Amino acid sequence: MPTLVSHPDEVKILSRRFGQGAAELDRYLELDGYKAAQLAIDNGPEWVINEMKASGLRGRGGAGFPTGMKWSFVPKQSEKPKYVLVNGDESEPGTCKDHVIFLHDPHAIIEGTMIAGLAIGAKMGFIYLRGEYRYLLKIVEKAVADAYAKGILGKNIFGREGIDFDIVTQTGAGAYEVGEESALMESLEGKRGVPRIKPPFPAVVGLYGGPTVINNAETIASAPHILLMGGAEYAKIGSERNGGTRLFGISGMVERPGVYELPMGYNLKKAIYDVAGGVKGGKKLKAVVPGGSSCPVLTADELDVGLDFDQMAKAGTMLGSGGIVVLDETVSMVEFALRTIKFYQHESCGWCIPCREGTDWLKKTLTRFYDGGGNAKDINNIQYLAENMMGRTFCPLGDAAAMPTLGFIKKFRHEFEEYLQGKRTEKHFITTDELVGAAH
Amino acid sequence: MSTVAESIFSPATAERFDKLVTIYPVKRSALVPMLLYAQDDLGYVTDAAVSEIAQRLDLLELDVRNVLSYYSMLRTKPAGKFNVQVCTNISCMIVGGYDVLDHCKKRLGIGHKEVTADGQFSLEEVECIGACCWAPAMQVNYDFHENLTPEKVDAILDDYAAGRGKDVK
Ligand SMILES: Cc1cc2nc3c(=O)[nH]c(=O)nc-3n(C[C@H](O)[C@H](O)[C@H](O)COP(=O)(O)O)c2cc1C
Ligand code: SF4
Ligand code: FES
Repeated sequence: MPTLVSHPDEVKILSRRFGQGAAELDRYLELDGYKAAQLAIDNGPEWVINEMKASGLRGRGGAGFPTGMKWSFVPKQSEKPKYVLVNGDESEPGTCKDHVIFLHDPHAIIEGTMIAGLAIGAKMGFIYLRGEYRYLLKIVEKAVADAYAKGILGKNIFGREGIDFDIVTQTGAGAYEVGEESALMESLEGKRGVPRIKPPFPAVVGLYGGPTVINNAETIASAPHILLMGGAEYAKIGSERNGGTRLFGISGMVERPGVYELPMGYNLKKAIYDVAGGVKGGKKLKAVVPGGSSCPVLTADELDVGLDFDQMAKAGTMLGSGGIVVLDETVSMVEFALRTIKFYQHESCGWCIPCREGTDWLKKTLTRFYDGGGNAKDINNIQYLAENMMGRTFCPLGDAAAMPTLGFIKKFRHEFEEYLQGKRTEKHFITTDELVGAAH
Repeated sequence: MSTVAESIFSPATAERFDKLVTIYPVKRSALVPMLLYAQDDLGYVTDAAVSEIAQRLDLLELDVRNVLSYYSMLRTKPAGKFNVQVCTNISCMIVGGYDVLDHCKKRLGIGHKEVTADGQFSLEEVECIGACCWAPAMQVNYDFHENLTPEKVDAILDDYAAGRGKDVK
């Protein structure tokens, strides 16, 4: 069971119920549970959307799209039913923050789903978790059943005539690509998780052809807190154009890895050195992958930057899913790049050529390079391949593979060159001859 | 009683399937969950399971196989009673994921996607399982194990071998 961590710099809004037994409905109710949903019913959709807009909340799934705006794009009138789809697929390496919400505060996700539903006029929501989270599904399933039993879900919720909301929960069965929103809808419709062409966007034509709001689980879980404290108050906590707090997972070579709730804009260096206790064993920090494996790497000199979508973009990388991975001096960038690209090669859905072939060539080249068979041209070839994948794939998975690769080559080119000359780190991490997904 | 006259699944699973087809706006949506539950029930997705699921969802067997082949957690061959899945992705790799995997290989005497002769354990090297902050991590069936060391792995596998391990389905 994941251990909870804590630090005085944390601002606990989303995590305030963690570790307090809030998975039980009675306890959740004691801790202001479902008050926000009632507020939403009392004040109506327009009020909800305005509060969400005022909060400055930007999607926690990766791209950082303003949530209030996303909800407002859903057409008011629709012939087809509308839906809310909660993305709990959480498969970006380095990311484990939704895990903690599902475990400790599943009702917050249920309540957030209801709120999104009330805001857009949907009567049905889906909570989709990744297949590996089956034990968390059990917790969420129980929470949903408890909510039904108390009249919080179903027909005439909270005893209010004509206000209905249903929630269906399920898991996937192992596929990173299914986290992409249109692939998620395909999967939920019982198909292979291959993305759909856009436009039309899900807000207009989504699940079963109906208008659909798709949000990350953390985004959805933030909604009740925002309504309770007021959007404007929430916005004050974060940085400019980046409202509120978010859960950051700090992992890798730090003294106190864990999931911490920090205000948006919090300094990355402080997050690593103060909050997570600095580099494990007093070693030297080499690099940081700031927001999950698809985000370009930052060097030790580039860490004095605020953790929000805009500041990270300015620093040439991304806030992504908030999964901060800290590497010390013992990590070889060649090895790290290989393991990263190996993941994307394995998870490419194979639909479009630049991604399917590109990730495969990157993996093959990096594998040969890592095994000692590299040559000077390889470094440029890797860069050329990745550059040519950028923006040319059907869905953003191609970019997610190319961006970190370009970062490794750009910022650590010298390591690739030194590797060619025979320089090796003391420790090799990849110790087995067989990589995941190798021919078997 | 299941709506399918001669279901190959356990009564509990058959009952769950009856309910699953009713909760979605479109029946087919139940496909991925059904395949997982079928696998939990039978150990893997058998031909007979494909056939019954197709029948329950009014799909061609081809449609079912098409989806079955896409998802990495679904299998068409038996795994061990305890399927050990070790993450070696970035956060785990740098704090000992491969050491854990190597240790499992030695201790169980099997490689990636192989099953021990007695059918008790199978081993898989897997991509990130969403436990990066508690790395290195592994899952045995659906149960998570974190902050692993080779010694901890031994204790965990001993527990499963002795029937004390948790099995979350
Ligand atoms: C390959 C790929 C994988 C993704 N995986 C996830 C995921 O696991 N969880 C998630 O919330 N969003 C994921 N996303 C982003 C979603 O497509 C979508 O933008 C997000 O769920 C929207 O929610 P938000 O606005 O609340 O961030 C992924 C995107 C891509 C391209
Ligand atoms: S970029 Fe293309 S091949 Fe890669 S996952 Fe997206 S659609 Fe599939
Ligand atoms: S990298 Fe191993 S659980 Fe995420």
